[in-house]
Amino acid sequence: MSERTVELEILRYDPDQDQEPYFQTYTVPYHEDWVVLDAINYIKDELDRTLSYRWSCHMAVCGSCGMVINGTPVLSCNTFLRDYPDKIRIEPLRNFPIERDLIVDMDDFISKLTSVKPWVIAREERSVDDGEYLQTPAQLAVFKQYTACINCMLCYSACPQYALNEPFVGPAALALAHRYNLDNRDIGRSAREDVVASNPGIWECSFVGACSEVCPKLVDPAGAIQQAKIASTGDYFLDFLMPWRRK
Amino acid sequence: MSRRPYIRPVSTTGWWLRDGLYFRYMMRELSSLFIGAFTIFLILGLYRLSQGRAEFEVFTARLLGPAGTAFALLTLIFAIYHTYTWFQVTPKAMPIVLAGKRIPGFVIVAAHWLLFAAVSATVWLLAVIF
Repeated sequence: MSERTVELEILRYDPDQDQEPYFQTYTVPYHEDWVVLDAINYIKDELDRTLSYRWSCHMAVCGSCGMVINGTPVLSCNTFLRDYPDKIRIEPLRNFPIERDLIVDMDDFISKLTSVKPWVIAREERSVDDGEYLQTPAQLAVFKQYTACINCMLCYSACPQYALNEPFVGPAALALAHRYNLDNRDIGRSAREDVVASNPGIWECSFVGACSEVCPKLVDPAGAIQQAKIASTGDYFLDFLMPWRRK
Repeated sequence: MSRRPYIRPVSTTGWWLRDGLYFRYMMRELSSLFIGAFTIFLILGLYRLSQGRAEFEVFTARLLGPAGTAFALLTLIFAIYHTYTWFQVTPKAMPIVLAGKRIPGFVIVAAHWLLFAAVSATVWLLAVIF
């Protein structure tokens, strides 16, 4: 019996034993409806329980299973075996330190995300009794696209600017800053400005556009950053012409 | 069990050869060198013109030689490439919402080409008139 199989070359790294990562090859059965994550789960269950990786929802919502597959950052849960040749190379997300096998250290991303204050900074605090902040569909449509971000970090993995220049705040964090700046309930734009409109913020983006290409939720961080650059330039000239504009 | 995160080295010189998208980006950036050099030649030409007809004719003759022609052709190719790729990304930088609806990207791109054609035609007309 000769059933079709697929070879997965997976980057392995055990901080207790290995000086540096190496590729290990596993042979797994091919199924038309399997995503790469299914094949990795098969390895974990049937072949090698030491293999470490992150995953949770298996439906492109949680953003934990990002990996570099054949050179491109993707979510392994919505990447089908059938779209690849019979030899697939799987690495952890690029541009992050490898903790173990396919697991990366995401501390840098989390601290950058936090630094842009990605929450609604309202004019005045409302208690639960005061009810919801009301918003029209048109007001929502202005920023809705950016709310789709699931913090999967594929954009950081694809971004050559982040690869070469670590202080760069990066695509997802800047896109989320833009999302809150566009929200009519929010007045936090000047509070985010120190980080967003700085050099390591939007101005170090050179518009390669790879972030938007790999984004599994069509957030388009590259577009958000260019729009933020235009808004920031407007601020600069308005402040110059009208110094009394902002106290 | 201990933490010892491994940082993979990044090639500072060869990274743009790894991916077609990075390569196309670098070509767009490279185009600015040719366009910059072309601008310098243009300024040099004005300077030669200020020195008199004979000087200017020596300059233009050299510019029309094989090396000058090859450079101009290469600059033209890069300029077209730069214009095309830059116009393609304009909808990302300037999404326009009219009456609650987002204008489709191709309309914004087409508007740029139309404006480009109009400006080029104006320059050409001015050149013909004077």
